[in-house]
Amino acid sequence: MYPMINIEGVRHAYKTPSGPLPVLDGLELSVEEGGFVAVVGPSGCGKSTLTRLVAGLMKPDHGRVMLHGEVVSGPRSTVGMAFQNPVLLEWRTILENIMLPLEIVPTKMSKSEQKDRANYLLDLVGLTGFGDKRPSELSGGMRQRASLCRSLVHKPEVLILDEPFGALDAFTREDLWQTMHKVKAEEPFTGVLITHDLRESIFLADQVVVLSQRPAMTQYVLDVPSDGPRTLDDLYTAEASDRLNILRHQIEVAQGRAPADA
Amino acid sequence: MAYVPDPVAKRETPTGGGMGRVLTSRAVLAPLIAMVLFVAFWEFLVWANGWPDYVMASPSDLPPAYAEYWGLFIKMGWQTLWRTVVGLVLAVIVGLLLGMVMGFSRLMRDALYPLLVGFNAIPKATVVPIVALMFVGAHDFNTILIAFMISFFPIAVSVSIGLSTLEPEYRDILRALGASQATIFWKIALPKTLPEFFGAMKVAVTLAFIGTNLMEIVSPHGRGLGALFDSGKTNSDYPLMFAVLIALAILGIVLYYVVVALEKIFAGWADRQGG
Repeated sequence: MYPMINIEGVRHAYKTPSGPLPVLDGLELSVEEGGFVAVVGPSGCGKSTLTRLVAGLMKPDHGRVMLHGEVVSGPRSTVGMAFQNPVLLEWRTILENIMLPLEIVPTKMSKSEQKDRANYLLDLVGLTGFGDKRPSELSGGMRQRASLCRSLVHKPEVLILDEPFGALDAFTREDLWQTMHKVKAEEPFTGVLITHDLRESIFLADQVVVLSQRPAMTQYVLDVPSDGPRTLDDLYTAEASDRLNILRHQIEVAQGRAPADA
Repeated sequence: MAYVPDPVAKRETPTGGGMGRVLTSRAVLAPLIAMVLFVAFWEFLVWANGWPDYVMASPSDLPPAYAEYWGLFIKMGWQTLWRTVVGLVLAVIVGLLLGMVMGFSRLMRDALYPLLVGFNAIPKATVVPIVALMFVGAHDFNTILIAFMISFFPIAVSVSIGLSTLEPEYRDILRALGASQATIFWKIALPKTLPEFFGAMKVAVTLAFIGTNLMEIVSPHGRGLGALFDSGKTNSDYPLMFAVLIALAILGIVLYYVVVALEKIFAGWADRQGG
């Protein structure tokens, strides 16, 4: 069996007026079906490039990005994306926003089934009754919830989350972490989460990948085994504290502020 | 990892979104009072200075002028109106196309922008006699052409800026699903540009109106309110000239608020505060 997402020896450089700018150099990543990987690393290390590669929005110069054992050669409808900016269309209601992917992706669902699915997702993320509102009537956290619904409405196999909670306040963010667990239980997906928040990475993911500074390579992989449901209290255990220390150290190594192999 | 009881949107409150504005008596009365005061001041100014009507007509001179030439006002007003609207429709079509080309292609934007700016910088009053000579006698065509030439620029610029400043994430959410460029344009880029488009329309509608009148005044044996103004000038009928100015102002207000109404229908979502 192939892993759901498999990235092998990816190197990539952006063309700039002052010559090529390498962003990825030796990226390795493998996510099993149903797995949830968090990617952390110094600012500007190419994390967003990684999401664009997996989404098929761009192709790497070298190496392979594979989904289900197939090389990604372009966008595919089995991928869902959510960004730090919820990018809701202001002229549409929340429900219409959530149903947007179904207008692009071929679907067997009838209009009323689509509506039911959108409403079901709204219930799941705690936005019951907000379907007829406009995005401008919702708070930041609520918009991000709606954006999450939109990324899931076409039942993607792979969910790519590019710092979706980065712009939210700490309380709202923790609420959304819990919502993510609830969503993952009801709507299984294979996830890649780009984040700057180490606590977020160990709370949500079952594997944390640390990237080095640009040009980024896979520097460290931390498994976060899980036995049963996680609660916020789990973040305040000795085990969690150890993991955070390891990750913090790895980030410092990536930034060149600490010697490798301490 | 699995289900965890979720406190959900409890701490998050919706931001206020007071949609829909009620047309209050204030919205009607305030501008009405302003107009009455303006007219009263005008009348007072003429009366206080003892100006004869060949220096400055007073508001009380106008009703006789309208009464005398009512048939002409209707006929000429209609000519001015339809030619302005046709010129404006052309400006919208060409402005949208140019805006799209420049909005989507950096190369085209770099190539066309200086040309357009130069074109726009030429005072249209200098173009009017050239056009009038080029197509002698084709009065409707000339007038529409000038109305179009003077008004397409803001539309083209605003549409191109609206399209080129579209955040990449907006494209990506559809592109990642395999949507075509055309789909992205119709579903996202175009609607997102509508507020800018209507902003430009408010400028363009006034400009088109000016263009129409320029041509009507300058071209010999012209038609429309501009020609009526010109005949008032030839006959030293000053009250008629002022009456035409007021008629033009009223037509301009009507056209402007038609655009505002269209904006409310098609881009009303952009009006968040509702006031």
